[in-house]
Amino acid sequence: MELLVASATGVMTAVGIYLLLRARTFPVIFGLTFLSYAVNVFLFAMGRLTINQPPVVSAAATGYSDPLPQALVLTAIVISFGMTALIVVLALRGFLETGSDAVGLASSGDDDAPPPRAGGDKARLPS
Amino acid sequence: MNNWIVLPTVVPAMTAALLILALPHHLTHQRIVSVGATLLMLALAVGLAVLAADGTPRAYFLGNWPAPFGIVLVLDRLSAIMLLLSAALALMVAVYACAGWDKRGRHFHALLQFQLLGVNGAFLTGDLFNLFVFFEVMLIASYGLMLHGGGGPRLKAGFHYVAINLIASTLFLFGVGLIYATTGTLNMADLAVKVAAVPAGDQALLKTGAILLFAVFATKAALVPLHWWLPSAYAATSAPAAAMFMIMTKVGAYAIIRVYGLIFGAEAGPLGGIAAPLVIPAALVTLMVGAVGVLASRNLRDLVCFSVVASMGNLLVAVGLFDGPGTTAALSYLVHSTLTGAALFLLVDVIAQRRGRQLDQLEPAPVLANGTLLGALFFLGAIAMVGMPPLSGFIGKLLILDATRQAPQAPLIWAVILGASLLMMIGFARAGSMIFWNSRDPSADPGGAKAVGGLSGLALIPVLVIGLLLAATTVLSLGAGPLTRAYEATSAQLLDKAGYVRAVLPPAAGTGTGGN
Repeated sequence: MELLVASATGVMTAVGIYLLLRARTFPVIFGLTFLSYAVNVFLFAMGRLTINQPPVVSAAATGYSDPLPQALVLTAIVISFGMTALIVVLALRGFLETGSDAVGLASSGDDDAPPPRAGGDKARLPS
Repeated sequence: MNNWIVLPTVVPAMTAALLILALPHHLTHQRIVSVGATLLMLALAVGLAVLAADGTPRAYFLGNWPAPFGIVLVLDRLSAIMLLLSAALALMVAVYACAGWDKRGRHFHALLQFQLLGVNGAFLTGDLFNLFVFFEVMLIASYGLMLHGGGGPRLKAGFHYVAINLIASTLFLFGVGLIYATTGTLNMADLAVKVAAVPAGDQALLKTGAILLFAVFATKAALVPLHWWLPSAYAATSAPAAAMFMIMTKVGAYAIIRVYGLIFGAEAGPLGGIAAPLVIPAALVTLMVGAVGVLASRNLRDLVCFSVVASMGNLLVAVGLFDGPGTTAALSYLVHSTLTGAALFLLVDVIAQRRGRQLDQLEPAPVLANGTLLGALFFLGAIAMVGMPPLSGFIGKLLILDATRQAPQAPLIWAVILGASLLMMIGFARAGSMIFWNSRDPSADPGGAKAVGGLSGLALIPVLVIGLLLAATTVLSLGAGPLTRAYEATSAQLLDKAGYVRAVLPPAAGTGTGGN
């Protein structure tokens, strides 16, 4: 089980980081999701891996699993879920308003300013 | 009396809920409630500062659970100073937003209150995971504030900002997980006791966790090489939001002072002072990057953004000393740079609104209406930001130079700090003379002339707010003696870890659950 959990965490982190480095918003969001899955599994493992043990006091228990990481994971799941929803909406609005889902900033901010710097067409990166 | 400690988180939370649920469509009522609540917050912060001034850290146990098991809020001098600063800044921002920014999108005031909730909570909490939660509250509100007003460039920059902070939050969780795995606790006072006694086999893991956590705080504090998000995010957002965000970089600096001073401080056994070798070199590079950025900026807002990066460099040089004089200097500079940065962001907004088509680009434009007043304000703000006498930036920088005198790298630190000041002075002088003196004949540009003609009167509130913020730096400078003594008392209290631990942990406990 240790090998399974460790390799799952590692693979998901690697996939997440790879996707984060893409130049379009959709893979980046997937990367963030993978990374948050990885951290959730990781946090669970930090309370040590136990099977069939109760987390709260019970007279019949022979040992306990650590309840604190479970509470932490729950909080982390809620936060990352909400954040994923937010960033999806944000990416969608960005796509609708600028017509491209490239991650790069098209120009330096003010839209009708005289050409601030070169590289305005960086928004057309290969997909 | 200790129950007052929880109020800085309760008041903004209740205000925000009231604003969203009861007054979603009444802008005037929203403004009254929001400004009233921030005034109340300021009074509360003053009260807590008076309470904390006797020098004993106080703990508030949520749900009355004893310390290593429940969550604890701790008020000491450092928390009190930070609360006071955030309340004062929020009041200024709330008043400034009433001059028109809060009409450009909905729920500005509610988001501001939620941000205040997160910031205050981060300053008060005595628990690492709770710190994560308050960071998230602060960030979620900041995402809303960052996007306030909308528009394509802001959405794109907002995506970067959100993505970077989500990655940082993930790293935070990895770090917290590692620290919990090796010590079995996340209470800061308990950690301060237990980190020294971690078995040798676990030290590498704990060190990894601590460094990951440092990367997160460094991202928040815009420390090189994790600073790239700041100029694009702050330049793209609305002026009041950027002014409020000035406190968020300081939350990163606060977390470094707290976690690496208290938990991984000098006497934390083999892991003591692990952040110290990282902070000062990174801070010096940050300072240089900021100063060069100031020199290279093509518009006024980028200029202010990079000067904020440079000020974080100055601040973290002092933080990186992790000793009494260093922390004193850091606190002095922290208070100053927050207020000055906010004043400059607001001032750039006022200037950009009055320059017609050129906005805040550094190029000739028709004569600025009320140029003398705005120019004088910009001059004062630039003096304070660069750190020239007589304003408070000079005092802060002097304290930093004095504190680093004993450090082994002192010549390098002095050279970088003074060189960066020179570069920033040149950058600000060039920008100021371009904006206020290098004006073009308005008849050459009919469009620009019309825009200026339409903006003759100067609204009172924005100028009043900027004036107050700059006056505050003057007060910081005039009251430097007593204030520096207060900062010295604060850093002495921070070095007295036993006092903090005594306030939080029950006297005879010593052992927690162990967790495993």
